[in-house]
Amino acid sequence: MFEIFGIPSQALFGQLLIGLINGSFYALLSLGLAVIFGMLNIINFAHGAQYMLAAFAAYILLTTLDIGYWPALIIAPLIVGAFGMVLERTMLQWLYKLDHLYGLLLTFGLALIIEGTARNFYGSAGLPYRVPDSLQGGQNLGFMFLPNYRAWVIVASMIVCFGTWFMIERTRLGAYLRAATENPTLVRAFGINVPRMITLTYGFGVALAALAGVMAAPIYNVSPQMGSELIIVVFAVVVIGGMGSILGAIITGFGLGVIEGLTKVFFPEASSTVIFVIMAIVLLVRPSGLFGRRI
Amino acid sequence: MKKAFVLAAISAALACGTAQAQQMNLKIGVLTDMSSLYADLGGQGSVAAAKLAIADFVKDHPNFKVDVVSGDHQNKPDIGTNMANQWFDVDKVDAIFDVPNSGVALAVNEVARSKNKVLVDSGAASSDLTGAKCSPNTVHWTYDTWMLANGTGKAIVKNGGTTWFFLTADYAFGHALERDTSAVVEKNGGKVLGKVRHPLNTNDFSSFLLQAQASKAKVIGLANAGGDTINSIKQAAEFGIVKGGQSLAGLLVFSSDVASLGLPTAQGLTLTATWYWDQTDANRAWAKRWQAERNAAGKIPTMVQAGVYAGVLHYLKAVAALKSAADGKAVVAKMKELPTDDPLFGKGSIRADGRKLHNAYLYEVKKPAESKHAGDFYKVLATIPAAEAFRPLNEGGCSLVKG
Repeated sequence: MFEIFGIPSQALFGQLLIGLINGSFYALLSLGLAVIFGMLNIINFAHGAQYMLAAFAAYILLTTLDIGYWPALIIAPLIVGAFGMVLERTMLQWLYKLDHLYGLLLTFGLALIIEGTARNFYGSAGLPYRVPDSLQGGQNLGFMFLPNYRAWVIVASMIVCFGTWFMIERTRLGAYLRAATENPTLVRAFGINVPRMITLTYGFGVALAALAGVMAAPIYNVSPQMGSELIIVVFAVVVIGGMGSILGAIITGFGLGVIEGLTKVFFPEASSTVIFVIMAIVLLVRPSGLFGRRI
Repeated sequence: MKKAFVLAAISAALACGTAQAQQMNLKIGVLTDMSSLYADLGGQGSVAAAKLAIADFVKDHPNFKVDVVSGDHQNKPDIGTNMANQWFDVDKVDAIFDVPNSGVALAVNEVARSKNKVLVDSGAASSDLTGAKCSPNTVHWTYDTWMLANGTGKAIVKNGGTTWFFLTADYAFGHALERDTSAVVEKNGGKVLGKVRHPLNTNDFSSFLLQAQASKAKVIGLANAGGDTINSIKQAAEFGIVKGGQSLAGLLVFSSDVASLGLPTAQGLTLTATWYWDQTDANRAWAKRWQAERNAAGKIPTMVQAGVYAGVLHYLKAVAALKSAADGKAVVAKMKELPTDDPLFGKGSIRADGRKLHNAYLYEVKKPAESKHAGDFYKVLATIPAAEAFRPLNEGGCSLVKG
């Protein structure tokens, strides 16, 4: 076994893999944010709360209706996505033409309300959610023990991320969407219902957060603050990747997960700040982000 | 002249009358974590506990009127300090209770000292509160890091857990717990192989757990609390750490954490605590009252909340004996002078350094099959008598201790 900077290579590979797992959550969440910002111009601060809401939805489905993990993986994003669409129709749609700040304030307020409500009913210590039986156990990779569930998280989030990228950048539907954000009047003239498309897009972005929430439930503590702990980091990821850039969100999500993982080995105390240091540097050098279009 | 004499006589008579049952108006503050990782072990539950104590006390002392204010320190020492300053200066609060999070507690400790008020801490763990940072205005009620280390650490080393690796929360509490446990481990012939310090409120522990695994230590000591402990234990199970032959030592585990983890994940954990709701009839009866006050039927109170109840009760007794709450130092001196006696911790005392003494217990978390009803979590492995449970008086380095 060889060493890199005094760390056994074995440990280093393990940490890289773990970074990739955390990165998949960052990627999924920042992807949803990027979709919403790119298409709607809304800075969705309620993203973390929606992620948390889905974890709770999965918990409630399991405990009250005995609906397990796999159905919840579909049902919870549908419920939370629908909830998002109601928000979009009733509140957000009036804000598209205003300054970003209004959308930010509204969604931030919503996040606080959702989180406070959850805390009122479930307390803050969190709730247990079991890893599904089919993904119990793990594989010994030689350099580390990889729980099956975490392997599933990497694979699933990579498929979802690149599927979304493909849909928006490479399909006819995606072309309509992109066109609708560039010039809604013209697209409407072609007979496309733009407001409905925008509502569905917001619902889709929220559903991505919800999917991440259900996937996080067996790993992290299902607690009201699980979203607000993560959302700030995810925003930093989006800023580094370039606001609204789909590919940027995915690549920086995974990349920063890995960087954070490595920091946990070399200088663990800094692991919660390293992403923000990188954000500051990127903003100085490339204000529009690594993958952002220059404004 | 005659008129003046009559007036004087009347006022003298009135004064005599009030001297028998002098009206006392007090205000106490419960400064705690209302919204984050320690909110379930303290939080609103601590406020409910304080209210119960006041209700019990006022029943026998109808001349007392005690108001409660509460606040969220958000686990930030600066916010805690500001709130304490405002409570003492503007709101005329006489004493502050609970204060989980050692960082905040140590800061508020200094505020209470400089303003000559009272801090009766239940939620914080750092043994420095009665050691190097001890204060004539502070009583540390429920537990501390030395006691946890001495209880859990010693028991595990004696059972063959001789090599340790620490997962430590990177602030005052984690450092104190790691220091005190390392000392116990080494004193009993064990060895500390390494440690990693994680930021407070960490979501993902897998990197740290992997480092712990690579250390090949027999025991992974969790010098953290609340949500951090829950996530560490949950993820250690996921990564097969216990199956791989290493064992986890939860150095500070509350019953709210066990409830959150669920018995299938938490079973077999050894932990030290000073109070458990299902241990005596008095505790169970109090837990019922607490649930009614808290308006939360399924929740179970933690030792921190029990400590707030007992602390408020004893504080009020001392004020009643002194007939004044104005001089914080005098009140705390009185609290130390009077023996403590309450339904939850039994008879006990407060030492010169501010340490409250009572028994501690070594518990094991039951298997799911052994648990008979909701909240039936622990079985008692050993009772550690009050005299041995806490750090010997002369070892803390407290300036209030002479000699």
